[in-house]
Amino acid sequence: MSNLRFKIIEGTRSAAQSVFAHRFRSFLTTLGIIIGVASVIAVVSVVQGFSANVSAQFDGIGTNVISIDRYTPPKSRLQGKYARLTYEDFLKIKHQVPGASNVTPNLQMWGSNSGVTYRGQSVSTRIFGTASTYQKLNAVYCEQGRFFNVSDDKSRRRVALIGPSLANKLEIQGSPIGQHISILGEWFKVICVTEQKGKLFGFDQDDFALVPFSAAQSLIGGHWGSNIQISLSVDKLEQVPQVKRNITSILRRAHKIDSGEPNDFEISSADQMMKTFESIIGSTTLVLAGIVSISLLVGGIGIMNIMLVSVTERTREIGIQKALGATRFDILLQFLIEAIFLCLLGGLIGLLLGFGAGSLISNLTDLPAATVPMWAILLSFGFSAGIGLIFGIIPAAKAANLDPIDALRYE
Amino acid sequence: MPKNNVIELREIAKHYIMGEEGFYALEGINLDIHLNDYIAIVGSSGSGKSTLMNLLGCLDYPTAGAYKLKGTDVASLDENRLAEIRNREIGFIFQNFNLLPRATALQNVMQPLVYRGLAKSKRLEMAKNALNMVGLQDRMQHFPNQLSGGQRQRVAIARALVAKPAILLADEPTGNLDSATTIDIMALFDRLHGDGQTLIVVTHEQEIADRCHRVITLKDGHLISDEYNKIASTTSQKSAASDV
Repeated sequence: MSNLRFKIIEGTRSAAQSVFAHRFRSFLTTLGIIIGVASVIAVVSVVQGFSANVSAQFDGIGTNVISIDRYTPPKSRLQGKYARLTYEDFLKIKHQVPGASNVTPNLQMWGSNSGVTYRGQSVSTRIFGTASTYQKLNAVYCEQGRFFNVSDDKSRRRVALIGPSLANKLEIQGSPIGQHISILGEWFKVICVTEQKGKLFGFDQDDFALVPFSAAQSLIGGHWGSNIQISLSVDKLEQVPQVKRNITSILRRAHKIDSGEPNDFEISSADQMMKTFESIIGSTTLVLAGIVSISLLVGGIGIMNIMLVSVTERTREIGIQKALGATRFDILLQFLIEAIFLCLLGGLIGLLLGFGAGSLISNLTDLPAATVPMWAILLSFGFSAGIGLIFGIIPAAKAANLDPIDALRYE
Repeated sequence: MPKNNVIELREIAKHYIMGEEGFYALEGINLDIHLNDYIAIVGSSGSGKSTLMNLLGCLDYPTAGAYKLKGTDVASLDENRLAEIRNREIGFIFQNFNLLPRATALQNVMQPLVYRGLAKSKRLEMAKNALNMVGLQDRMQHFPNQLSGGQRQRVAIARALVAKPAILLADEPTGNLDSATTIDIMALFDRLHGDGQTLIVVTHEQEIADRCHRVITLKDGHLISDEYNKIASTTSQKSAASDV
């Protein structure tokens, strides 16, 4: 088989020679492939970069985290009845569900007055009242300072954790630790600036303030019945369904929901959210890949067209080669290698262009950095080579079947 | 002396059908070509020279008759075997040189060896030897369009020789050359003949035919004469001797 190896090496050399002999024409020929591959790679790199970023966020949360939110069916919403999760619900879940730990209440203070003020600089942000266990669930760490502890919560201590974006917005000079900021008119001491998390879907994850849950409750006064969100972690992943069932029955009983009526709350796990997200990304990628493969098909037809012209143009050369002892197979191999070479070259250029375009898009917008997964590279090269093979075979067969005498006589 | 026969043609015919009518391009050709023969095939256009040349070069099949090349019955071989025979036993030289335009002189000469699947080092060695033989060792990296007509034909001759073929088949080899270059090329042929090469030259020029040892004349698809040219033979021997 060393025979074939030499022929392939020689065929590649002569393919390179003839492709570079007509540089501009080769470029135009392969433009369809270049554009096709470039768009595949650009799209895939942006989508994948996006998905890698989101996955990293989910990794921080952990797959065994469950969160419970209120859910108001549309019908009740029309009647003005809104479901609520209360502090009592939180206590029940905390004490009655085996396998659940780090049960954390989350009191979000919405409204126009959710302002934070520092030395006359007043900005609005998201303010949560939560417990020390929040850290374990959400993988939030302090860049400077310390997180809440249990006693902060018990003694309703007026301390706050702020995100780095909020610290910037407040224009705090020097270290924010130990500075006092005003939240909803009360003074809080900053004890921690969290690590930067960046933006997700254009949403700044670093613009928030956290205060102890008890302090938040007292801030909003007598609203002990305010709606809260509850999150918790399940000790063992396989307990997740059991824990969900337990919570469901506890909450249904507490909310006095008759059997047959829908839940007025929603239990979701990070795992579930991630799966949903992955399936959305997956189907988006597939649809885009489908659209783009049509452009590759068109590119392939362009290749075939030019290869047919090239065979006609080189009829005499083919005649010479046959007179010198080239078999049908030699000629077939030569033209196939040339078509594949052309397509692979187009694929390579397309890959670089596509990655460039992807990086440019993610730099110009708030999207996360583009990443090109190995499978996309292999796929586009495989696809390019396949197109070369499929669309090269007809011209190559035409060349191989030429009669040497006629070909030699061709002017 | 059948043992020395490189080629034996027996009752060879080539029949073409054009439209409703058929005609014989060649008919009843019997020919023995011996080792180290130096043959001119002459005849007016339409006499069947080219057809005979194509048959001898294994580019075409006869419609009837037997063709033995070095004892092998060529007429019964398939296309791939014919390609192999062309590659190993036949060296073609054309009127318009037929070099590959995008390949250097050296690459052109190496080309037939590619189909034989030889390693590059071996191909290089053989091609350089062949180019030395035709005196083009200084032009190996030139492309055909950088060479004169005579030099191009020398490259073509080197390419024909590189595989050490049983016969050299030259089709009007000097048809596109001026008279001075024609003399050079013919001197090269004489020298190759002196080295033991079997040569067949298709020509319509009397001076070329006179230089060969044996002249075969075709007319209307028939072989009408096959004679040895005594005078040419001696001059050729002389020139071969003077070259050494």
